Amino acid sequence: MGKPILEIKDLRTHFFTDRGEIPAVDGVDLYLNPGEVLGVVGESGCGKSVTSLSVLRLVPSPPGKIVSGSILFKGKDIVPLREWEMRKIRGNSISMIFQEPMTSLNPLFTVGQQITETVRLHRGVSRKEARSITLDMLKKVGIARAESIIDEYPHQLSGGMRQRVMIAMSIACSPEVLIADEPTTALDVTIQAQILELIRRLNEERGMAVMMITHDLGVVAEMCHRVAVMYAGKVVEEGSVHDIFKNPLHPYTQGLIQSVPRMNETRERLYSIPGNVPILSKNMQGCRFAARCPHMMQRCLEALPNLKEQEAGHSSRCWLHETPQEDAV
Amino acid sequence: MIKRLLILVPVLIGMTIIVFSIIHAIPGDPAETILGQKATEQSKAALREQLGLNKPWLQQYFTYLGDLAQGDLGKSIRTKEPIAKEIMPYLAATLELTITSMLFATFVGMNAGIISAWKQNSWFDYIIMVIALIGVSMPIFWLGLMEQWIFSIKLHWLPSIGRMDQRDPVESVTNLYVIDSIIAGRWDQLWTVMKHLVLPSIALGTIPMAVIARMTRSSMLEVMKSDYVRTAKAKGLSQFFVVYKHALKNASIPVLTVIGLQTGSLLGGAVLTETIFAWPGVGRYIFEAISSRDYPVIQSGILIIAFMFIVINLIVDLLYALIDPRIQYK
Repeated sequence: MGKPILEIKDLRTHFFTDRGEIPAVDGVDLYLNPGEVLGVVGESGCGKSVTSLSVLRLVPSPPGKIVSGSILFKGKDIVPLREWEMRKIRGNSISMIFQEPMTSLNPLFTVGQQITETVRLHRGVSRKEARSITLDMLKKVGIARAESIIDEYPHQLSGGMRQRVMIAMSIACSPEVLIADEPTTALDVTIQAQILELIRRLNEERGMAVMMITHDLGVVAEMCHRVAVMYAGKVVEEGSVHDIFKNPLHPYTQGLIQSVPRMNETRERLYSIPGNVPILSKNMQGCRFAARCPHMMQRCLEALPNLKEQEAGHSSRCWLHETPQEDAV
Repeated sequence: MIKRLLILVPVLIGMTIIVFSIIHAIPGDPAETILGQKATEQSKAALREQLGLNKPWLQQYFTYLGDLAQGDLGKSIRTKEPIAKEIMPYLAATLELTITSMLFATFVGMNAGIISAWKQNSWFDYIIMVIALIGVSMPIFWLGLMEQWIFSIKLHWLPSIGRMDQRDPVESVTNLYVIDSIIAGRWDQLWTVMKHLVLPSIALGTIPMAVIARMTRSSMLEVMKSDYVRTAKAKGLSQFFVVYKHALKNASIPVLTVIGLQTGSLLGGAVLTETIFAWPGVGRYIFEAISSRDYPVIQSGILIIAFMFIVINLIVDLLYALIDPRIQYK
């Protein structure tokens, strides 16, 4: 594959609150190749949502702010862009779907009004044309009664339908990147599968790159080509889906995979990683995962390991995989 | 919809009972008021007989209700004129003043509230909120007098009292002078009428404006945090569209309630403003009736104000359904 379409370099998004400065995203490096589905996995509060909102520069500000780092979209840094330049990218080149389809659509406008608005904004087409594009999109996302749904209000639709509408809205302008922030978390399991299938189909048919934010490893295994595991505002492991599942390097990833219940084994209790995600602060030292790590060493408390490539296309941020000699170099 | 209109009937009957009881519970003899303190007992008794005041009050009430059903509000004791006819010009004056006041209050109040919420914690926000606080706590009579002193007496920009230049009266059709002067095609008169409206409208509209501004701000702040506002931003809409289209429509429902309530209270509670600006409105009409114990007028006046209050609330309810598709009246 060629150059990545989206590349996040050392991104730091901090929140400035009464309790002090909170580094929600603390030096994240990610890249997304054209046509690829990248999974970003982690527990609640690990910074995956904030990372995705940062890409569209939609982090609520105040209190949030991108402190440093760069986000290259097609090679161009969008962090310093002005607001009006950013608006041309949002919903047009990079679009986003959210976790809560129930509340993410405006209750007072019809489905049609909400989608045509985006189409007209970015494509500058007539009302009539926008409507036919909208109908087209609604059919593409598998809505059977598109002609009547287009004039209905969100409250008249089920959760799954609303998420389809959200997807139709986000792909209406044929974006090159789709950011899906836990798109199936709020849905029933059967509907989840349908929505994931839809996203995969759009990825395959349109070559649209997808950044899939999720906490569900099942979703990752099903959907993604590559995975980045995040913990406490940092990427701790990154590699192909195959590598991550077959040979997880970071103890946190190992813990995550272990805590997924399996069909073919009987366990008394489900495994869970002991402890909680640490409270983020500016003065954290050492590895963020140290307190919960079964392999914790003195070194882990003193210094933060780097994200290092261990085998081709598979990197991890852990002292276990760095020999002291290397460290000395 | 029809159900909502039917609900009006018991409400109106309840209103007549309350109004009737309150008025009759107030001490004071209307016969004495009309005839003066030196009147003989006989003449007072005769007058009571004539007005039906000597009948049991339940009977008085039903007579009143029967007349009311026929659109007869009774006759004023003072002027002997039918009230339904007499009250009309006063009602129109009040209506005109209320509408302009509320237009001013709504336009300024909502915009101030919206921009305040949009630029939360900016100096603009702080200034608007301080003004709003002063606005709600300022006595109307003082504001009215200050306006007159500055804009009429010192600067001579605007007329201080009345609805119109007395030397050039408006040809009355609807008694709403703005409309009357348009009907007559008298644009010079329209200008004068509007100038007369400015000061009393601002005096009367300041409290509603402040209340609306505060309500709009808090409602907008709430809505701006919602997921669909984030979606609207993620679509690439400009901040202006996000605020004035997506957020405002959602934030407007509680604001609409406040506008309705404020309009209702202006219709009846404008006595101070009407007095200061010599505005011949319903408030003063009722006030005069109270001073002379003109029972029928007091009853009718209160009844009409209450009726308008109900009508305004009905309109507000209908507007809810228009704004929010989730609200439906069957």
